[in-house]
Amino acid sequence: MEFTTQTAADGATRMAIDGDLIIYHADEIKRRLIDGIRGNEVFELDLSRVGEMDSAGFQLLALAKHESRQIDHTLRIVGHSPAVREIIEFFNMVAFFGDPLVIPAGEHA
Amino acid sequence: MDEILNVFSVEAREQLEAMEAGLLQLEEGDRDPETINGVFRAAHTIKGGAGVVEIHSVEKFTHVLENVLDRLRNGEIEVNGDMISALLLGCDHIGTLLDMVASGETEPDDEVRRAGEDIAEQLRPFLGAKAAEKANKVTVSDADVQRSDREGRMNDCWHISIRFGRNVLKNGMDPLAFLRYLLNLGEIAHLTTLTDAMPEADAMDPELCYLGFEIAFRSHASKEAIEHVFEFCRDDCDLHILPPDSKLEEYLLLIDALPEETMRLGEILVKSGALTREELEAGLRRQSGEGVGAGDTAAAPQLGNILIQQQSVQPELVEAAATKQKAVSEKKAAESSLIRVHADKLDQLIDLVGELVIAGASANLLAKKSGEASLAEATSVLSRLVESIRDSALQLRMVQIGETFNRFHRVARDVSRELGKEIELVINGAETELDKSVVEKIGDPLMHLVRNAMDHGIESPAARAAAGKPTAGRVELNAFHDSGSIVIEVVDDGGGLNKDRIQAKAIEKGIIQEGETLSDQEVVNLIFEAGFSTVEKVTNLSGRGVGMDVVRKNIAALRGSVDVKTEMGAGSRFTIRLPLTLAIIDGFLTGVGKASYVIPLDMVVECIELADTSVERDYINLRGEVLPFVRLRELFEVSGKQPARENIVVVQYGGQKAGIVVDQLLGEFQTVIKPLGTLFRNMRGIGGSTILGTGEVALILDVQALVSQCAAAEEQLAHATHGVRRLESHGAAA
Repeated sequence: MEFTTQTAADGATRMAIDGDLIIYHADEIKRRLIDGIRGNEVFELDLSRVGEMDSAGFQLLALAKHESRQIDHTLRIVGHSPAVREIIEFFNMVAFFGDPLVIPAGEHA
Repeated sequence: MDEILNVFSVEAREQLEAMEAGLLQLEEGDRDPETINGVFRAAHTIKGGAGVVEIHSVEKFTHVLENVLDRLRNGEIEVNGDMISALLLGCDHIGTLLDMVASGETEPDDEVRRAGEDIAEQLRPFLGAKAAEKANKVTVSDADVQRSDREGRMNDCWHISIRFGRNVLKNGMDPLAFLRYLLNLGEIAHLTTLTDAMPEADAMDPELCYLGFEIAFRSHASKEAIEHVFEFCRDDCDLHILPPDSKLEEYLLLIDALPEETMRLGEILVKSGALTREELEAGLRRQSGEGVGAGDTAAAPQLGNILIQQQSVQPELVEAAATKQKAVSEKKAAESSLIRVHADKLDQLIDLVGELVIAGASANLLAKKSGEASLAEATSVLSRLVESIRDSALQLRMVQIGETFNRFHRVARDVSRELGKEIELVINGAETELDKSVVEKIGDPLMHLVRNAMDHGIESPAARAAAGKPTAGRVELNAFHDSGSIVIEVVDDGGGLNKDRIQAKAIEKGIIQEGETLSDQEVVNLIFEAGFSTVEKVTNLSGRGVGMDVVRKNIAALRGSVDVKTEMGAGSRFTIRLPLTLAIIDGFLTGVGKASYVIPLDMVVECIELADTSVERDYINLRGEVLPFVRLRELFEVSGKQPARENIVVVQYGGQKAGIVVDQLLGEFQTVIKPLGTLFRNMRGIGGSTILGTGEVALILDVQALVSQCAAAEEQLAHATHGVRRLESHGAAA
């Protein structure tokens, strides 16, 4: 589980998560996400290197989105790994998150 | 037997083993709810599987066991010895029924049926009135499905509302998995995820589940089948299922029963196509009107109650009627990491890998001959890969011996009860791996040794107390790896073998002559002779006529050996040595004259030069130790002149060292063991053959036989010289 934070070109803070968004890491993920949102007006999440996601992981993304709306900050998910994309689509929550789902080249079904 | 029956019976047997292990643990005082649950789940899975493949005898019988286990699980009854005995008998009976299925009979004959009824009768005291009643309710069928007469509505979807319980995730279940599993039954037409139950970020516990779903589900499955999908979490969650084309009122009731706001849920239902907007609005108007008309707000919850009542009858019905469709999602998840492969396919793979090894060796040889460096390099990479493939292919066949060992817990228990002995079974090295085909064949000989140890070895508690030993006897099963073999020991702390009685018996049976002098070890080894059994009283455990000679024969057939050490009054130790694998080994290639011989590399300790080839003796002084050796040239009568320099390969087997004298040392060689024809089966000293890269045949030496031959020769020599041997310093260089 690795969290790397950097500042993107437009000044937003971008956190990349490398690992699995699953219940075993739920506490840490929650802390990182909520801290990130509260501390940055525009917070971007790069999930392109997330291997696995379960309901607990998904729930935390939803929590993060709620929280960002609550305090009027912006949360953007900028990269979706196949697993993340598949689950967000399965749960019919694409519109809820409102991020474009980028399908990397060479991965068209 | 058709495929599906086969799969069922394999799985059912696994579950039976799990059940038996769990029951024994319970008897030993384990009160972990997970153990009870495990046993219950195993029974449940067998029953479900039997239902699916329509073997009603198994299904019906397992149902009785399940009822008892269910009460146990709910804490309605306590574990006791009689119950465990009856349940274990039940396991055996299921095994018998499965055997019958395997032999093609689906209905038990009268005898088996009676046996089953007897066991059921023994279990009856543990069945409460309630369970019996519940069992009778099995016939109650699916809940009434009311179709509406709503005009012009074509809604073919079920509507599923589920709010997962907070602890679902903590219990190791994932809502996602249930929903995915739902896809096996049909198609999700529309799904809405509800996160409304989620509190503020600070109050939210990331390990609790706050998710809920509204699902429009297109399927031909029954309501029962859909409910089954959520079986493992349904105690924990709030589940409502409405059949396709339900009455509008039902949807309204549903909206009432759910925690979210009415309008929001209404929107969701409209979105998922369950209701039209007009219907929703009309319905809500009417309902609120009724509510006011009834005079207070109590009307709504009341309606909700009815629904909940209606639904709350269901879990019990479903559980009682749970005889069908037991494709359980939890088990699916556990299985996904394993693949069942037919053993034949695996054997075929190993055969092919064997051919690959031979072909690789030949390519290697040609490359070396050609003198082209790049080709030689390529082939050496290739042969390294082949080696890895070989190792992993063989690894596929390796299984842990623990499963075989665990069977003996039951044996120990049964023997203890039957003979009134106290026996403690200790298992060491259960994780030691060996070839599957070896494991299968070692089961019976091992069973015989263990039963012997318990039956003949361990004395009665009174006799033990008199001898000053603890009353509980101890039988140990050990497994470990030792120089290319696996060693399995059966150790008991019983009375040991009585040498005088063995000798007397052997004379009586005409195995040896009176007056013959034998060493202690030779006397003990007599028990492996055909037709030998020392105990006058034949119990039903061992002493069935199959003696230790059969054990030895079976083990020898696996290229293994068995021997015994015993001490009067302190116990005996049977040691079985087996080769790790039967197919491919790492060999050490040697040459004598024009012939090549392979020695299993695991047994090679070192190689030294035999400097003085003229000596007639066949032992040398190896750093102060007597090392007997055999000359392969003499042993196999290889023609050709003896070279000026010879080499000794020092090998070790079973703690004994010996030397094998060869002309040349040719290095390591991957050896695919090809069995010798039946014609050569009784030849001593040769274990098999293999094909070299050149296409020539090399013989694989049976080191065990050579070493024992050396040892025997040495002993003879020792006897001849009355145990005195003069050691000469010999030019042995390392």
